[in-house]
Amino acid sequence: MSDNPNTGLPAGKAGMSLIVKTITRLTIGLILLFGIYIVMHGHLSPGGGFAGGVIIALSFIHIMLAFGKDIAAAKISRGLASNLESIGALMFLVIALLGFLGGSFFLNVLAKGRPFKLFSAGTIPLSNIAIGLKVGVGLFAIFLALVILEGAKRK
Amino acid sequence: MELHLLLLFMIFAAIVAIEVKDLLSSVVGVGAVGFALCLAFLILKAPDLAITQLVVEILCLIILIRATINKDLPLVIEGRWFFNTISTLAFVVVFLFFAWAAIKELPAFGNPLMSVVKKYLAEGTSRTGAVNIVSAVVLDFRAYDTLGEVTVLFSAVLGIMAVLRRPGRKKIEDKDNVR
Repeated sequence: MSDNPNTGLPAGKAGMSLIVKTITRLTIGLILLFGIYIVMHGHLSPGGGFAGGVIIALSFIHIMLAFGKDIAAAKISRGLASNLESIGALMFLVIALLGFLGGSFFLNVLAKGRPFKLFSAGTIPLSNIAIGLKVGVGLFAIFLALVILEGAKRK
Repeated sequence: MELHLLLLFMIFAAIVAIEVKDLLSSVVGVGAVGFALCLAFLILKAPDLAITQLVVEILCLIILIRATINKDLPLVIEGRWFFNTISTLAFVVVFLFFAWAAIKELPAFGNPLMSVVKKYLAEGTSRTGAVNIVSAVVLDFRAYDTLGEVTVLFSAVLGIMAVLRRPGRKKIEDKDNVR
């Protein structure tokens, strides 16, 4: 899909109108921050790794829809996205194997801490961060691959 | 009461999504079903599921709209409508019969057959330290299932990256040019 189906502007002026770009510039940081908050507080409030990861992916997709795929791909390229996704999956596996320190798979070996504190619940926040990284970057990579495929088809 | 209204709205939106003529309206109908499902989860007091449903619905809507906005295939209905209608009605009757037989056997709402969930609810916070009981179940008691989910998503991304990668597609294009 070309960057602007309505006007067909050249690549330098890709993306949507000036209003959309300005609003995106204002809101994009808040959306990313909200996604990170949902991931970090997964053991305290509703949410968790998957939902927060999708919100992080949506913030990057927001950049792509507003500014065009080149600027979004400059933030996170496909190779970096694949690597980060693999790192997230491996991190989750390492946390799972960490349980063997205490005797069994997926055992919560770290200190439980006090409830309602951010640093509590042992390995659960770490697992949330791993899943959030994996889901966010993975879904963004899927979207990037689909958009690049559409753009190549159009040529 | 609100739940039944939402269910009726979801059925109505699903029928609209099937019956409407152009693809973009169908996508909007599917989105209406998804957001009504999100509200239904909220009414059933499952905010975790509601958040996940909401964000995944938005992502699916974006992908579907980007995919369908330039490929508007008008629906063509022709021929064999009598056979199609009869077979659809027969399948609807069969499915309704089996669904009725299955729902009759279900335990009452809020009284699950498996009692292990009571143990999770009673001891979840003290044994894992997580206040959000859903996180405690998903990432501690049932973390092995989550590992399966992560594997599914990983293989999905891997498959998409492998199918949509650039070099393979270019080679096919070159082959077509040679022919």
